Amino acid sequence: MNRIRRITDILVNVWMRAGLYLLLAIPVLIGVGLYWKAAPIIGGHSLSDLLFSRQWFPMKGEFGFMPFIYSSAYVTVLAFILSAPLCLFAAIYLTQFGKHRLLQVMLPVIDILAGIPSVVYGVWGVLVIVPAVAKYVVPLFGVVSSGYSLLAGGVVLAVMCIPYMLNMLIEVFQTIPVGMKEASLSLGATHWEMVKHVIIRKGFPGILSAFGLGIAKAFGETIAVLMVVGNTLDISVSPFSPGYPLPALIANNYGEMMSIPDYDSALMFAALLLFVIILVINLFFRYFIHKTEKI
Amino acid sequence: MRTWKVWEQRLVKGISFLAAYSVIFILLFLLFVVFSKGLKALSWGTVFSLPKGGYYFGGEGGILNAIVGSFYLSVGATVLAVIIGVPAALFINVQLIRLKRTQNTIRYLLDALWGIPSIVYGAFGFALMLLLGLHASLLAGIITVALLITPILVRAFDEVLKTIPVELQEASFSLGSTKTETALRVIFKQGLAGFITALLLAFGRGIGDAASVLFTAGYTDNIPVTLDEPVATLPLSIFFQLSSPIEEVRERAYAAAVVLTFFILLISVSARFLSKRYAKNIIK
Repeated sequence: MNRIRRITDILVNVWMRAGLYLLLAIPVLIGVGLYWKAAPIIGGHSLSDLLFSRQWFPMKGEFGFMPFIYSSAYVTVLAFILSAPLCLFAAIYLTQFGKHRLLQVMLPVIDILAGIPSVVYGVWGVLVIVPAVAKYVVPLFGVVSSGYSLLAGGVVLAVMCIPYMLNMLIEVFQTIPVGMKEASLSLGATHWEMVKHVIIRKGFPGILSAFGLGIAKAFGETIAVLMVVGNTLDISVSPFSPGYPLPALIANNYGEMMSIPDYDSALMFAALLLFVIILVINLFFRYFIHKTEKI
Repeated sequence: MRTWKVWEQRLVKGISFLAAYSVIFILLFLLFVVFSKGLKALSWGTVFSLPKGGYYFGGEGGILNAIVGSFYLSVGATVLAVIIGVPAALFINVQLIRLKRTQNTIRYLLDALWGIPSIVYGAFGFALMLLLGLHASLLAGIITVALLITPILVRAFDEVLKTIPVELQEASFSLGSTKTETALRVIFKQGLAGFITALLLAFGRGIGDAASVLFTAGYTDNIPVTLDEPVATLPLSIFFQLSSPIEEVRERAYAAAVVLTFFILLISVSARFLSKRYAKNIIK
């Protein structure tokens, strides 16, 4: 009996350890795997050429990722500008001004919004945002656009970022000690002054992290953006012109990547680029959050 | 001075009130659009039949291949994620209970892993597939989705496990049980509600994700019988059909979107219900 128990203990221990090590090895494996597939293109071109060149002619062997990086950055910034203030104010209302009941209603709402698949947001974008941009927004500026544009991509992304950022902001505001708020109020501050000087100041690192992680999330979002952004190779300042973000490039061209030399490794390079950028942003801002959580 | 303060506060309260309620409005609006558009196209034929000849030109048939395919894929991936993830989560909370620093580092890494977009997993899954000599198939899809959802499962389960008091483990050890017995019979049982939430969260993510299966699962009009056959998934069926120029085909994409959204809502509601139900067994 005793021996069986000991052997089970050892075996299960090995299993548990293996599971954990495998899990922790995933990021390393992804990095190595993508680098291995992207190696031909990294070896054949200089890194600055790949990142900053605007020449994208896979048939001629020219791979400049600048238009894609530009589009990605454009929709991400747009999404951030649209969603960040909304999330900040909503989180303030839910944790400071509103009734506790509202927060209880809100948490499932956030969960459901976060759970809705990207492709459904894409369908919504195609049905609502794209026609709205084409019919109502574009005429105001006197330009012509099909609606499939950087702006549509930014709006859909903004909506997708809301549950993610809002959830983190609520958690940040909830960790601020009640005593601190009471001290401020007892000195005669109005509710808003208390929020301004105590909540926002004290939660500043957390707010920054929530925003940063929201940006990282937006940067890597694929299907929903792909469906509304138009996917045209172009560097344009106007939000009404179509764009072609990095994830869309990867998703759109998987079919033909085997037929053109170096094309598959170019796409793997794009994936590697996304992976590195997002991992770095994540590690940086998660560090902030973990620091504040421990206190 | 006094009045400005009051006005400023009123203004901010008004703005933040609108911001908070607009989030609820967005959800309702989204659901309304998806359901109102899709329910018209939804019928028993769409849900319970396979694509027939000329389906992608507006012919007869349905999306059963994608529904069943998504289900197979997600169940497979969730099982794999449980096999890897549950022992890992228990290990963090039993064996490493005294090593707070290590625990925090692991959680930090897992959180960072959570943020990696699914398209990167998809590309990696594709590279892995080539390395292992697989082609786009149910198995390759399962492996890729499992990689994507395991960190989610572990972190969600771990959030609950870490609230379990150390004393409970100490009591179990003092009665002479091994670490394994403590982990499986005491800690796992205590965290059962959290496990169910984590399981459904991971399952939901698996069923809804498109970018990771784009390269790895392929697409087919049939229901796969073996692991090395390609498999259709709901998100991809929505995605492909929506890009069609034919109205009937796009209608089916809306119908498929309703089916997918319905599953996600169902999973979300049952996660809430079940976690409440199983929370009753917890020793406080």
